[in-house]
Amino acid sequence: MSSNYEAVIGLEVHAQLSTDTKIFCGCSTNFGNPPNTNVCPICLGHPGVLPVLNKKVVEYSVMMGLATECKINSSSIFARKNYFYPDLPKGYQISQFEKPICEFGKINITTAAGMNKDIGITRIHMEEDAGKSIHDQGDDTLVDVNRCGVPLIEIVSEPDIRTPEEAYLYLSKLKQILTYLNICDGNMEEGSLRCDANISIREAGETKLGTRTEVKNMNSFRNVERAIQFEIDRQIDLVKNGEQVVQQTMLWNADLNEAYPMRGKEESHDYRYFPDPDLMPVEVNDEWMTALKNKLPELPTARKQRFINDFSLPEYDAEILTSTKELADYYENILTGTKNYKAASNWLMGDTLSTLKEMKISIEEFPIEPNLIAELINLIDEGTISGNIAKSIFPDLVETGKSPETIVKEKNLVQITDTSAIEGIVDSVLEKNEAQVQEYLGGKEKVIGFLVGQVMRESKGKANPGAVNQILRKKLEGRR
Amino acid sequence: MYKNHSEKLDQIKTGKLSLVDNVTGFLKLIESEKEINAFNFVFEKDALESAKVIEEKIKNGTAGKLAGMVISVKDVLAIKNKPLTCSSNILKNFESIYTAASIQKLIDEDAIIIGKTNCDEFAMGSSNENSAFGNVLNPVDKTKVPGGSSGGSAAAVAGNLCDASIGTDTGGSIRQPAAFCGVVGLKPTYGRVSRFGLTAFASSFDSVGPFTNNVEDAAKILEVISGHDKFDSTSADISVPEYSGNLKLKEKLRVGVPKEFFGMGLNEEIRESIESEIVKLKSAGHEIIEIDLPHTEYTIAAYYILATAEASSNLARYDGARYGQRTEVKGDLANMYTRSRSEGFGDEVKRRIMLGTYVLSSGYYDAYYSKAQKVRRLIKNDFDKVFEKVDLILSPTTPTTAFGIGEKSNDPLEMYLGDIYTASANLAGIPAISIPIAEDSNNLPIGMQLMAKQFNEIKLLQLGQFIINSSHE
Repeated sequence: MSSNYEAVIGLEVHAQLSTDTKIFCGCSTNFGNPPNTNVCPICLGHPGVLPVLNKKVVEYSVMMGLATECKINSSSIFARKNYFYPDLPKGYQISQFEKPICEFGKINITTAAGMNKDIGITRIHMEEDAGKSIHDQGDDTLVDVNRCGVPLIEIVSEPDIRTPEEAYLYLSKLKQILTYLNICDGNMEEGSLRCDANISIREAGETKLGTRTEVKNMNSFRNVERAIQFEIDRQIDLVKNGEQVVQQTMLWNADLNEAYPMRGKEESHDYRYFPDPDLMPVEVNDEWMTALKNKLPELPTARKQRFINDFSLPEYDAEILTSTKELADYYENILTGTKNYKAASNWLMGDTLSTLKEMKISIEEFPIEPNLIAELINLIDEGTISGNIAKSIFPDLVETGKSPETIVKEKNLVQITDTSAIEGIVDSVLEKNEAQVQEYLGGKEKVIGFLVGQVMRESKGKANPGAVNQILRKKLEGRR
Repeated sequence: MYKNHSEKLDQIKTGKLSLVDNVTGFLKLIESEKEINAFNFVFEKDALESAKVIEEKIKNGTAGKLAGMVISVKDVLAIKNKPLTCSSNILKNFESIYTAASIQKLIDEDAIIIGKTNCDEFAMGSSNENSAFGNVLNPVDKTKVPGGSSGGSAAAVAGNLCDASIGTDTGGSIRQPAAFCGVVGLKPTYGRVSRFGLTAFASSFDSVGPFTNNVEDAAKILEVISGHDKFDSTSADISVPEYSGNLKLKEKLRVGVPKEFFGMGLNEEIRESIESEIVKLKSAGHEIIEIDLPHTEYTIAAYYILATAEASSNLARYDGARYGQRTEVKGDLANMYTRSRSEGFGDEVKRRIMLGTYVLSSGYYDAYYSKAQKVRRLIKNDFDKVFEKVDLILSPTTPTTAFGIGEKSNDPLEMYLGDIYTASANLAGIPAISIPIAEDSNNLPIGMQLMAKQFNEIKLLQLGQFIINSSHE
């Protein structure tokens, strides 16, 4: 990007709320059921039906508002957004327009360069999802109404974002908060999290906003980053060539790595918003608000800080361990069996995460109970096994699910701490490696590493390395 | 015959009346009076079957409150596995897959649903001339309209084709046809009766209510259909009083007469009949108070902006995509929408969709929709203020008696102005009743309207009963 221009970016994020039932009827929200089975006269928009608000949707929305420091409106209003589309059975979407449930919030991001930045949240509002139109099965367009009425919140950011990286970080943070609150699974590929970007550019130092375009259809975090970069570059090229940016909606094509304009007809909507007369204003009184505040779980930022303070973890560790609620929970569950905080962190961030990556599973699917990791750490700390032995049996742990103690016993790997036994091995090693002994005595003390290795090998890794070191040194020094 | 449902029950219990014969009689009359065209659908078999079962229940004392009352239902209310057309071509072959809350309550109390009545398409009209099933004749004078939009319901009751009918009232659609046909028509408080299963025309105005030949039956039906419904967020969670057992007027009332309702355009004979009722009330010891409803002149404008705005959105679902009529002409999506809706909707419905779409359009919203909402609030305030001083408001129901078929059908504005006395109750959300008080020189019925404070239906019923009884003395 040219240093003469800066981008101004705002994101509109739709998050599907993970309630059991739809926002205005009792139908299941279960994903993946056969088409048009999660339906009833209400979500089918039959004549005479009326919406009744699912209270859970209000709770989840307020929780998201509280977690992002929004002002919660004690009274908010549902409005109808009118447009025709086959997957919109009523011919309007019930949404919120003039008075959304949450406004004026913010979330904090930290860039790779270490810069801290608040991204403002303009509003969060509740709405119903539309159905799915399927165009690629024969000549006809097929409609699946299952998704109609699945609850959504739309989270609209201020135009505070300047780079694709910031957009990525903001989106990641949103997802992190949503999943910590357990109100959305955050899966972009399945469409439970969707993101549209409003993008404009201006010359550095300019305060007026340029003409913006809206980019839609980005179905992964990386695509959001790429699409924004593409659009920024496109706009800069236009301006540099003396052309103007046209206000329009663009669709991102992930296969071609480019965005192309949507046809004009499809975007020239006058939605004719007006308050929905079928629904009363949503009232959130103080009592309810307090109850929801109390229900709020510890949020990522607070948890990270606590990990740093209470467990003396480096910020890096705390950041990674709190990146998802599940990982942080797992970590704390290890700590119920050991007080060696750093070791627990190392085992989780190292061997555990790489195993997860290999197995392509998430921490929730990890077959090893956290208390077994604690047991492993304790075996090292008690001197029963060495760190290397522990590392070597980790795959057995994962594979068999047996406890570390059992594995160590079965494989006869208990560390030799008996000094006389170690002394015997040391003596035999020194005998066999006279050349290295001479080197040591000649001043090349580094050779002791080799000798330790030999002792460990002879003991099949079971000798306590500390003790080996100590005894070796004593015997060598004794030869001087 | 019987003068009300209580008497009918007694006659069935004592064996003087056979419910099956009674239903058979209605069915025969519906058939012989077919030219009235009050019914879109008659449920002959179901009605006769229910009659047998319910007759048994009445005799062994297990029957519900409305046992054996033969009721027709306006064809905008849903009944499971029955047609629901709203008298529109766009729903001509549509059957509902569920039953409206209000109708289910009737069925649960052992009423007999005899069929679905004709009406103006999607309840839009004041003459029942906008129906895909053809117009309805006024049984009192078959050259006249029965009123609308619940014209079929009013005609069915006036023509003795059933005991009672359930209609809907958005701007006067129960009271005006009741007045034109000479029957009792009650529009309850907005939120008193669940709207679940009522095909929406204008959601913030629509009310479900009864047509009957007497006040007692209206009270009984209201008692059954009222109450909170968890499927209608706008239904009121306010307990339902026992209307039918409390019809005797025990106190002297303060009755307000709004001078704005007696201005230009009011037929002289109607004025005289209302005035003579006022005199009778006075002499019976009730206090008559002249009142002001200063924003009355804006009633029609505000009503037609708000009601059409809501209608334009409510009727968007009839697009040919999922159910109802779809055009035979092949083409793209926009073509399917345009053609299906052009072919399916009648002129009046199209007119209102266009009007409503216009007033909600960006650039016009504030000038029309927002302003009309403000006027609505002012009108409601007028009523709130008046009800501090009076118990009831009395007025004519309509400016004229039933007009001739075709007389106004080319002049929508004049047709709209006929709603002048009724639409304000819908804007204010208050209950109102029309009761027949006299006939004009052409023997056409004259209706008088009573309006009360929200949830004060009991007063309407009590004074209505008092007036009808005293005119029979």
